[in-house]
Amino acid sequence: MIRFLTRRRGGARADWTDWFSWAYLALGVLVMFGPVLWLVLSSFKTQSALQEFPPSLWPMGQKQVAVPGSDRPLPVFSLPQPDGTSVERVMIRRVGLEGQFIDPADPARHVERARLANVTPVREMHFAIENYIEPLRQFNFARFLGNSLFVTIVATAITLLINAMCAFALSKYEFPGRNGIFLFIISTLMIPITVVLVPAFLIVTGLGLGNSLWGVILPPAATPTGVFLLRQYMLTIPDELMDAARMDHASEWRLFWRIILPLAAPALAVLAIFSVVWRWNDFLWPLIVLNRQENFTLQLGLAAFQGELQTQWHYLLAMTVVTLLPVTLVFAFLQKYITTGIASSGMK
Amino acid sequence: MSSLALRGIVREFGHLRVIHGVDLDVAEGEFVVFVGPSGCGKSTLLRIIAGLDQPNGGDVLIDGIRVNDRRAAERGLAMVFQSYALYPHMTVRQNLAFGLENQRLAKAEIDRRIAEAARMLQIEHLLARKPGQLSGGQRQRVAIGRTVTREPGIFLFDEPLSNLDAELRVQMRVELSALHKRLKATMIYVTHDQTEAMTMADRIVVLRGGRVEQAGSPLHLYNHPANRFVAGFIGSPRMNFLEAVAQGGSTIRVDDMPPVPLPAAAETSDGEAVTLGVRPEHLGFVAEDGLPGTVDIVEHMGGESYVYVTLANGARLTLRNPGQTALHSGEPVRIGISGAAHLFSRAEGEPAIAARRPA
Ligand SMILES: Nc1ncnc2c1ncn2[C@@H]1O[C@H](COP(=O)(O)OP(=O)(O)OP(=O)(O)O)[C@@H](O)[C@H]1O
Ligand SMILES: [Mg+2]
Repeated sequence: MIRFLTRRRGGARADWTDWFSWAYLALGVLVMFGPVLWLVLSSFKTQSALQEFPPSLWPMGQKQVAVPGSDRPLPVFSLPQPDGTSVERVMIRRVGLEGQFIDPADPARHVERARLANVTPVREMHFAIENYIEPLRQFNFARFLGNSLFVTIVATAITLLINAMCAFALSKYEFPGRNGIFLFIISTLMIPITVVLVPAFLIVTGLGLGNSLWGVILPPAATPTGVFLLRQYMLTIPDELMDAARMDHASEWRLFWRIILPLAAPALAVLAIFSVVWRWNDFLWPLIVLNRQENFTLQLGLAAFQGELQTQWHYLLAMTVVTLLPVTLVFAFLQKYITTGIASSGMK
Repeated sequence: MSSLALRGIVREFGHLRVIHGVDLDVAEGEFVVFVGPSGCGKSTLLRIIAGLDQPNGGDVLIDGIRVNDRRAAERGLAMVFQSYALYPHMTVRQNLAFGLENQRLAKAEIDRRIAEAARMLQIEHLLARKPGQLSGGQRQRVAIGRTVTREPGIFLFDEPLSNLDAELRVQMRVELSALHKRLKATMIYVTHDQTEAMTMADRIVVLRGGRVEQAGSPLHLYNHPANRFVAGFIGSPRMNFLEAVAQGGSTIRVDDMPPVPLPAAAETSDGEAVTLGVRPEHLGFVAEDGLPGTVDIVEHMGGESYVYVTLANGARLTLRNPGQTALHSGEPVRIGISGAAHLFSRAEGEPAIAARRPA
């Protein structure tokens, strides 16, 4: 890692181009990862820490300790002593401009008094795990997560299957009107989704799929981009392979499953990434189809935190992290698969 | 083992006719080679036989039964493709097994056939690899192995050696001939390389522009080419051709050089314009008469030498001289016909002119 980072453009000393590219790449990393890092760190801040100004990068908060005789944890302050040092004391009560403090190590001892203007709060790193636990318990976020997973996985599987079948027919069979159908499919790319939103909704409710996850999954399952991507890739699979398989007693169906699909794997992986990201992040279409809370997907659930009057930022941020995780994992996993897929094309 | 017959096969792409009524019979166990220049329709014809392409007219018969309506898999044939067409995502073993699994053969039978083919083609140590990890020659063997496991009635090969280097090609040629002897199978082999045709075929079918120019044993084609095209296509180095005028059937004159006597009288009329064809080994140096020329280059092969000569009228000839020669470039020589000569009419198709029967 160190050797990789300090790699140079030949020569013993670093050239100015080395400095330049290093700085450029570092800037890129900052721009790309800065917001994500901020999001993850902030998701561990308490609601009050989030509203602090100036904001801190790390999730800092006032230190609190549990004291016998009090049912909730009490804040810790640093009290200046006459000899110039300071000690940590817990504030048990506030009276006007003064506070009453006790020593957390020995709570039974006497109560000290000090003016609030003279004490400073003791801050420490505090990860507010409850940001994650609370919504998952209270707001049924686990259920939203399940719905989102279901929609994403099933929709991606269906999208891959029917797009691959369509692309197979369009790339490997000669039939009248083939190019016409292909152009027709591609031309639907030019119709904005907002135009078809209402008719699509009417059809979905007409079919009785309103307010069900299948109503979210099915209508956008066939995508012109997917067909285009897969068709272009399948065109590069040599016809001789199909002829060979036909001579090998393979039915057309088997040809599709055993020859075409495995060989189109790199394109399928790309499409899978697109589909997963798009389905996972999709907001508009689920918002229109779904209106009962138990069917909500994560994105709809997140929107619920953003009320008209106030936004529960701490929950919103934490659940955004939860929302990001699966897509990131899918991408990291499939990306590796794509490169190996491209590298091992076996024809000479 | 099956026999094959083609009856008036015609194939058109749009308005372009690429196969013009091909008739052919292939006997059981025969090794037939289709040879012809690039684009003459060899692959098309093979694909029609295989059932991967449909003719616009004519019948394909296997064992005397019309199979035009049978799918490729049901014709009992197996094919080696020009690009080998091995399934890149499967191991060699899976490649060999794929066709057999599709036929729902028993596992034990599949294993037996793969083991046998792998042993025969010496690819046992490659069975676990993917095609991408094989050399060209190894892929070739696997592709042949895939056809062998199928135990087909007829083997079809579409230029299987064209992607190999020269040395490997010679080796695979011998192995294919040995395979044919061993399996006693009917094989149809497509190539544009006449050497492959000559060395392997029981019978050669010479194609040009979608028509059969001549079919026959290699030596028959070599000794008795039906027309100038076949004469020029078969044999290496190529036959020499000279524009000439017949003189009374037994001598021939090239431009205003001295007339050359023919080894056998031909059925020509006096003064007829013909093409004289002589193979390099049938030309020789003579002391007088003969065609005057100068030596261009001499290629010494050791066992034989090729002498390239430019005649007085500018035509070029190749002579094959057995043994070694002391000739050097620039040397004046005279050339006569020492073996067989062929005369071709200038008529359409340039057919060979038959030798005149001795009276
Ligand atoms: N699908 C097609 N559409 C139109 N023309 C075609 C098609 N396939 C082949 N042809 C034409 O048919 C002719 C014969 O083609 P074919 O592939 O049989 O040649 P070949 O003898 O196998 O040549 P090569 O030695 O180069 O492989 C060629 O002129 C080719 O352009
Ligand atoms: Mg060909």
